[in-house]
Amino acid sequence: MNKINYSDYLRRFSVPLMFVIICAVCAPISGLSPSYLCNEIVTRMGRNAFLILSLLIPIMAGMGLNFSMTLGAMAGEIGLILVSDWQIVGIPGMILAMIVSVPISALLGLFCGKVLNMAKGREMITSYIISFFINGIYQLIVLYLMGPVIPIKHSNIKLPRGYGIRNTVSLLSMRQKLDNLIPLNIGGVKIPVATFIIIFLLCLVIIWFRKTKLGQDMRAVGQDMGVARDSGIDVERTRIISMVLSTVFAGIGMIIYLQNMGNIATYSSHSQIGMFCIAALLVGGASVEKASIGNVFLGIILFHTMFIVAPKAGTVITGDSMIGEYFRVFVSYAVITVALIMYETNKRKNKSKAGEQLALAQEEANE
Amino acid sequence: MSKAPLLEMKNIKKDFFGNQVLSDINLTIEEGEVVGLCGENGAGKSTLMKILFGADVIRETGGYGGDIILDSQKVSFQSPFDAIAAGIGMVHQEFSLIPGFTATENILLNRESKKKSVLSDLFSDRMDTLDRKDMDRRAIESIEKMGVTIDKNMLISNMPVGHKQFTEIARELSKEQLKLLILDEPTAVLTEKEAEALLDSIRGMSKRGIAVIFITHRLGEILAVCDKVVTMRDGYVVNESATKDTSVQDITKWMVGRDVADSDVAYVTEDTGADKNIIMSIKNLWVDMPGETVRNVSLDVREGEILGIGGLAGQGKLGIPNGVMGLYHSGGTVTFEGKDIPLNNPRKCLDSSFAFVSEDRRGVGLLLDESLEWNVSFPAMQIQDKFLKKYFGGLLKWRDDAAIREVTDKYIEEFKIKCTGSTQKAKELSGGNQQKICLAKAFALEPKLLFVSEPTRGIDVGAKALVLDALKKFNKEQGVTIVMVSSELEELRRTCDRIAIVSGGKVAGILPAGEQLEKFGELMLKNC
Repeated sequence: MNKINYSDYLRRFSVPLMFVIICAVCAPISGLSPSYLCNEIVTRMGRNAFLILSLLIPIMAGMGLNFSMTLGAMAGEIGLILVSDWQIVGIPGMILAMIVSVPISALLGLFCGKVLNMAKGREMITSYIISFFINGIYQLIVLYLMGPVIPIKHSNIKLPRGYGIRNTVSLLSMRQKLDNLIPLNIGGVKIPVATFIIIFLLCLVIIWFRKTKLGQDMRAVGQDMGVARDSGIDVERTRIISMVLSTVFAGIGMIIYLQNMGNIATYSSHSQIGMFCIAALLVGGASVEKASIGNVFLGIILFHTMFIVAPKAGTVITGDSMIGEYFRVFVSYAVITVALIMYETNKRKNKSKAGEQLALAQEEANE
Repeated sequence: MSKAPLLEMKNIKKDFFGNQVLSDINLTIEEGEVVGLCGENGAGKSTLMKILFGADVIRETGGYGGDIILDSQKVSFQSPFDAIAAGIGMVHQEFSLIPGFTATENILLNRESKKKSVLSDLFSDRMDTLDRKDMDRRAIESIEKMGVTIDKNMLISNMPVGHKQFTEIARELSKEQLKLLILDEPTAVLTEKEAEALLDSIRGMSKRGIAVIFITHRLGEILAVCDKVVTMRDGYVVNESATKDTSVQDITKWMVGRDVADSDVAYVTEDTGADKNIIMSIKNLWVDMPGETVRNVSLDVREGEILGIGGLAGQGKLGIPNGVMGLYHSGGTVTFEGKDIPLNNPRKCLDSSFAFVSEDRRGVGLLLDESLEWNVSFPAMQIQDKFLKKYFGGLLKWRDDAAIREVTDKYIEEFKIKCTGSTQKAKELSGGNQQKICLAKAFALEPKLLFVSEPTRGIDVGAKALVLDALKKFNKEQGVTIVMVSSELEELRRTCDRIAIVSGGKVAGILPAGEQLEKFGELMLKNC
């Protein structure tokens, strides 16, 4: 019995383990100092945690990995672009950007939730494609409508042709304003205390949320929609709410992410964020149907350590820095693929288990 | 008898698209009374209960006739939720539980105890937090009402089947307003001991004044616990008597007894083929087919016979052909003409000249969007290279459309298939004609052994007779061995030489087709 449990654990944690090994091998080769590594990881923790936490609620509601968190990221970017045109700086600017982004995110989440209700059982691929579709609309708004329709005053964020937004929008006025709000430095490692407090609050909200009636309903819907519906839970509405919450959180998360970066890559910031967040969550040991706050933080540490050390190690070994860059993009796609395959094989394995049990019961009866 | 009965059902009628399934049902239940309801599959038990419980399917198919009077008030439930509010609870055959939730969470699903939270007023009461302590208290209360012990904190997925069943019952009991509980075959999945505990708790409920409708195939249990037993057959209540005045034999007779006086069919009454070759031998077969699990079945099929497989729904008769043909995960050994046939490999079965007419006509049986020609010829073309013209020594294979048309037209004529022509799409045909296409498809394979599963399900009388005659003719003229699975015993008796009855996933016995009905009835109920 013990042996079976052991191998079960091994399989469950195989992805995190693989990354521990990669990091352990690459870290010494890269020649980066531990204090530098710590600094980087802490920074990235502050930058990404909120975004990744936004993925947890749809998983709870059985909708899998929310690839359409990109929608929230776009809403956050629109908020930031507008606020930086209005020249509202620092923390007030961030708060205003969040206020602007929330209704946009909520609407997008509502739309996404409605579509996903029509595609039950295929949520992940549908949300992935929705993110491409909405990306098109986002480009239309940012590239053509901002200027003629949505007033943009300042030419430093406008394209030279007079309408549309530049490829890069500088957020110098709010760069790391949140991170540095409460300065703290421990042994050379800069800690963004205020950001961590917000992340901590979100964790508390998620933990508390699980204890509410709505959270309980989401868990029920996530495990068996039919049973939940029979007991009177409004399945469709519950699923839509989970998407709206996720998208809104993703929007706020994107604003926190971008204040740390200090600029917006208008046309590409959001496009990979979904992929990297999902990969990080999976690296932390989450699966399509189960994810915890612990998975989020473990995932960030492992995935981003790999992110930092692999290119360096690649450069040291081959003398070419591109190899590491290539490696980390390749790995994040690979992780997602592996996680999806494992999800399917586990499902199939459980199915064949039923057959094995039948065979066993029969053998016993024959003896 | 001054007090009005708890529930009265008067002249209940129901038809599904002109097909009468319930006629003039009258049923009266007193407060605290335990009523046993029995009858064969298709007798109308489930439909009657669905009407009582306000199931959506009844409304969607045009409602019902007659009156339901609950507590001296006429009621007509629009949905199960109305029925629940009125005090009716139902435990279905399939579990309706969330696997990752504890017993407590399942018992109080969507009726959790709640505490107000900061956000409740701001948004809605769904932001209330759960009051775990109070939930535990209510769960324990309803578990105690049942009189059995289950762990309130255990996850459903870790529970033995019996405890799952008890959790469901506890859920119904936790509803304050419960007056009538419908139990649909609750003991089918229980061990003997658990079933005994359940019967005890039924007695307890009855003492508390909760009336129970108890549907089961285990007649012994009805006698043990019910006050009254109601037997249904073909949509009628054929008998209603106090339990103390009846016996298992009586009920069995009422259940299966049919007016067979008008039939002039000569049954095969004697087992004359004992000296025939065994063409296929199934040993220790298990099949993991959801709802039709097969356990340790050994069965010999003789060359040239029609072997019937009968039994009640959910007992595993459908699992046998589906398992042998490799459509569901299975194990054991199957030998055909002395050779082992590998399981879980449909292609090998087809290569060994088996053919299968599935009960799932639209899902497995037909290419719905393709023409009749393709449907008839497709398997033969794929498996046996029939209807193909070969060029360059077989390097290039070309479809032989003329031959395909010829064979399709032949079957259309032979089976009197109603269609506009051989190029019509399969989905446009009626159920009976689709079934005939399925048969044609199997016949075109010219198999040595043909499995037919529920060949007459959902088709009209005329088509039924034609399908059965075609099978018999195919068997006689071509000498093809046929294994036919059907829920309709009468149809099996008219068509087959021998009938194996499956009960509880096992073969309960094999009888010649002409054997007395009571004997079949006994076998059907043997292990379930």
